[in-house]
Amino acid sequence: MKFMLIMRDIDQAAVDAAENTDFEEIIAAMGAYNESMVNAGVLSDAAGLSDPSEGSVVDFSDDDPVATDGPYGELRELFNGFWIVEVSSQEEAVEWAKRAPLDAGSQMEVRRINGPEDFPQDNEWIQKEQEWIAEGTSSGQ
Amino acid sequence: MDRRRDLLRTVNGAPANDTESIARVVAATWRIEAAKITAGLSRHVGDFGFAEDLAQEAVAEALAQWPHSGVPANPAAWLTTVAKRRAIDTWRRRDRFDERIAMLAENLDDGQDGSAGALLWDPDSIDDDVLRLIFISCHPVLSRPAQLALTLRVVGGLSTEQIARAFLIPVTTVQQRIVRAKKALARADVPFELPPENERSERLGGVLGVLYLMFSEGHVAASGPDWMRPGLAMEALRLARITAGLLSREPEVHGLVSLMAFTAARFPSRLEPDGTPILLADQDRSAWDRSLLRLGRRSLQRATELRDSRGSYTLQAMIASCHAESESVASTDWQRIAALYGDLNRVTPSPVTELNRAIAIAEANGPAAGLDIVDDLAAGGTSATLHLIPSVRGELLARLGRRREAHAEFERAASLAANDRERDVLLAKARGDDRDAVGRRGVPSHPRD
Repeated sequence: MKFMLIMRDIDQAAVDAAENTDFEEIIAAMGAYNESMVNAGVLSDAAGLSDPSEGSVVDFSDDDPVATDGPYGELRELFNGFWIVEVSSQEEAVEWAKRAPLDAGSQMEVRRINGPEDFPQDNEWIQKEQEWIAEGTSSGQ
Repeated sequence: MDRRRDLLRTVNGAPANDTESIARVVAATWRIEAAKITAGLSRHVGDFGFAEDLAQEAVAEALAQWPHSGVPANPAAWLTTVAKRRAIDTWRRRDRFDERIAMLAENLDDGQDGSAGALLWDPDSIDDDVLRLIFISCHPVLSRPAQLALTLRVVGGLSTEQIARAFLIPVTTVQQRIVRAKKALARADVPFELPPENERSERLGGVLGVLYLMFSEGHVAASGPDWMRPGLAMEALRLARITAGLLSREPEVHGLVSLMAFTAARFPSRLEPDGTPILLADQDRSAWDRSLLRLGRRSLQRATELRDSRGSYTLQAMIASCHAESESVASTDWQRIAALYGDLNRVTPSPVTELNRAIAIAEANGPAAGLDIVDDLAAGGTSATLHLIPSVRGELLARLGRRREAHAEFERAASLAANDRERDVLLAKARGDDRDAVGRRGVPSHPRD
């Protein structure tokens, strides 16, 4: 079973604290965490996201979608990195999430990643989607 | 601490002190930490079997205590501490207040609430301990089934019941295997240490062999009573990745990880919903697992960067990669696959490999070229492959339009086949049923599909 561990700050204090922490220290802590998952054979993928201020948001509240720059919405709605782990249960994914080197004001959301078995196999759009995914990622490698 | 519990509560949707959810937390912790805990204990108490018993007792105690006391902040350290206390209790009962107790007791603080134990956690020595544990579980004094059971139990953290389910054997058989294995290790006086340098690569071959066998068990018999059989293949992949993390300079470990990853990537398209196998030619390649394909590529790259000469797993991974990277059976680089099977046959000669080379040659250069090789094999009088040689011969003859000879070969193959389902397919072919499908279908060309 695959799970995505979604990391986010829910408290401005956590954002400020991270900014005041030595970057080397953060890298070292995250690096050790990642290495422990690699060594346990569970890590499939991971990435951090760039600062939300560099991003854009497209909002559908009005008649037409409206695009705006950077941080938009509540802090808790933003997330800044993820891990994908291959484990045997939700509890195991949670145990890994608990080991992340995060402090008060941060959260990890643990979500199972849907597999092909979660969708109707005879649906033409599901089949097309799988083809698109295959095309999109196979050329990238 | 409180934050951890809150998180747990949110995610599990139930209070963390409810017995059932605690049991799941204990099981999850154990799976992640079993190898480290057992390995660390083995180093301290000097007896592998004893360490394993102690760890199991600690787990039992966690199941009893955590519903009342809550999940400790560092569950692995808690379990280790409790296990060490049990060790001391046992020695006390045996009336042996010797230096071992002094040594162990020294770093046990007197915390009563189970929060003790951070001191006992020695993160720097853990990886080596786990590596030792892997080598001991696959020690040559043990039979292959014993090596498999022990590896799953002490390195993988699976319960006896889960192992029994995985191999479709009774729980008591697994219990006996594990007990005997531990006794055999004790009798042989196997020390808790890595094999000496000169034995290392030979012993590593045994470890990789066990992991590959475990993977094949989970993969070949794809239908089973529950999740454990495909789960077993993924468990083997996990253990291989652990080993690769610990022995990152060994190319064959990465080769094995790559081979498993490429193979596992095809799992989603290998079976019909009712469990009928789908042959490679008919598989929906878009359903292959992209992240596993990526792992396969990365590991293969690592394996080939580390050494020029290729080992058996790396070569097999390279073959698997040829299949994985092509759009269809038709566009597959059969020439390259044939060459790789040739290399593989030089590293680990086997009639099955040669047979696979013949099939690749048949795909690349036509059935007549493949038939020449199969004829040589058949003339060589090898009996090791039983029904495979006549079955492939029949297939190639059929493609050449020599129906009468093909018919005889299929019948011969059917009489040699051990598996009912396979025999039915061969008999159908002998009768000439499903003639349109006589092509690639049913050639046992890629046993891993």
